[in-house]
Amino acid sequence: MQSLYAIYRKELGHYFVSPVAYIVVAVFLLLAGFFFYLYVGSAMRQSLEMAMQGMPSEMDIPGEVMRAFFGLLSTLILFMAPMLTMGVYAEERKRGTMELLMTSPITETQIVVGKYLASLTLFAVMLLPTAVYVAYMCLHSEPRPPWSLMLAGYLGALLLGGSLLAIGSFISSLTESQLIAFALSFGASLGLWVIDFSVRGTDSTLGQVLQYLSVIRHYDDFTRGIIDTSSLIYYVTLPALFVFLTVRSIDSMRWRRA
Amino acid sequence: MIEVENLTKSYGAVTAVDHVSFSVNKGEILGFLGPNGAGKTTTMRILTGYMPATSGTARIAGFDVFEDSREVRRRIGYLPEAPPLYPDMSVGEYLDFVLRIKNAPAGTRRTRVAEALAKTSLVDKRTELIKRLSRGYRQRVGLAGALVHDPDVIILDEPTVGLDPKQIIEVRNLIKGLAGSHTIILSTHILPEVSMTCDRVVIINKGKIAAVDTPQNLTTQLKGGLKIHVDVQAPEKLLAAALAQVTGVSRVDIGPVRPDGHLTVTVEAAQGQDVRSQIAAKIVEKGWALYELRGISLSLEDIFLQLTTDDATHAQPSN
Repeated sequence: MQSLYAIYRKELGHYFVSPVAYIVVAVFLLLAGFFFYLYVGSAMRQSLEMAMQGMPSEMDIPGEVMRAFFGLLSTLILFMAPMLTMGVYAEERKRGTMELLMTSPITETQIVVGKYLASLTLFAVMLLPTAVYVAYMCLHSEPRPPWSLMLAGYLGALLLGGSLLAIGSFISSLTESQLIAFALSFGASLGLWVIDFSVRGTDSTLGQVLQYLSVIRHYDDFTRGIIDTSSLIYYVTLPALFVFLTVRSIDSMRWRRA
Repeated sequence: MIEVENLTKSYGAVTAVDHVSFSVNKGEILGFLGPNGAGKTTTMRILTGYMPATSGTARIAGFDVFEDSREVRRRIGYLPEAPPLYPDMSVGEYLDFVLRIKNAPAGTRRTRVAEALAKTSLVDKRTELIKRLSRGYRQRVGLAGALVHDPDVIILDEPTVGLDPKQIIEVRNLIKGLAGSHTIILSTHILPEVSMTCDRVVIINKGKIAAVDTPQNLTTQLKGGLKIHVDVQAPEKLLAAALAQVTGVSRVDIGPVRPDGHLTVTVEAAQGQDVRSQIAAKIVEKGWALYELRGISLSLEDIFLQLTTDDATHAQPSN
């Protein structure tokens, strides 16, 4: 385990000296904060209007805001996750350090899991500040929404991020170009996002399968406070699958000519 | 310590390493000499566990490099042609990282890093970021990384390439100092380096081994009757025919006619045969004027070129 921790530490350290990571986190927090502000403002205004028109306002402001906010979060994550993973393997290959890792008594699995956990940690750190103001809002709302709603939403965000990071990680291991890694990861994530578009509303078996595969569908459930075991299974299996594929991809480097 | 038997590596139709066999004794420094594309790096990559061989076996410290790869990797330090460095780390951090992934026991890391820094004269660069270091220093960091965990075997791929002469001498002395307590394989293009630092040499060409011996043996073995320089005045065709008739002569090369009408001939004889007197006798017998006859000793460079060039041109002797 020492080796896995060493990789994890190194990777995390690299994130913290890399401009890309700082920019991604900054942009993410800026946009998230800005939109949160807009959502709260708009919800308050709407509630006021309803009160002024004489309609009793039973509007659940924190709930509305959270719903909109978590929706935004998923979009941001869709863009940010590929950016966090695009350089993970590209840099190692360019610098030749993969050769160092692969001639050391460390397994590919340790390498891949170490890197993956580092990206996950950065992602969690990125999410954390947003939880502060969402919690603040919940704290000062009357009536106070159940904490489980917010926690479920963030759990969903973490799991969604975890899945997209695993996909991005795998694709990053396939290419030396960060740009290609980003583009393909984004494309793949988007693909899994809209995979059930065509069968929305239908109840065919294919439709149900595709709906299950949609990475966003489970997230939507979480943000509504529904934590389904099948969703949990999905959110654990998907990253596991892509971590496995990444391990295979790394291993295949040993067989390549150059 | 290292036994390689019939090691072969093919990529489809191309055979990069062709039934290579050699062994290295504990504490020895073995040189790997060969032109580009000869198969040196591929062989090293197989030995370090980076890639598997197509067939054949290699054992390091008794462990098979394929079956017990992890055990082998624990005992190896490897410096590839381009040192595998992380630019954003400091020298000390890098060495610490290498120790961690080589499974060095936690308590020993600090001392080992200090020792490696001392051995490679990098003590005052410990906190320096690798990206700020010059080529020569980076090479030294790579070397430090290859020996920081005190491996039994150190494999170096072109360790002095890109260094200035002073640094080259330092690195060579460092390598020589490591012998005895470590077993070393080093690959290089630089021939004097081989004769200066290595106990034995493996000359490899096109994936096959061309020679395995000590540098001295290689030079003396082929010295005896090898190349003979002859300065003679004689008709070219007849001369060529006559010299070819001398037993032991393997090749006759007649240069263009000199301004003074002489021909310069280089005669090659088969291994170990000294045919100088026979050539002199033959020339005199035919009644031609013999002006100069001398044996040319081959340097390792000549031997290298001779063994690795497979067309008709042959090396110019270097003295």
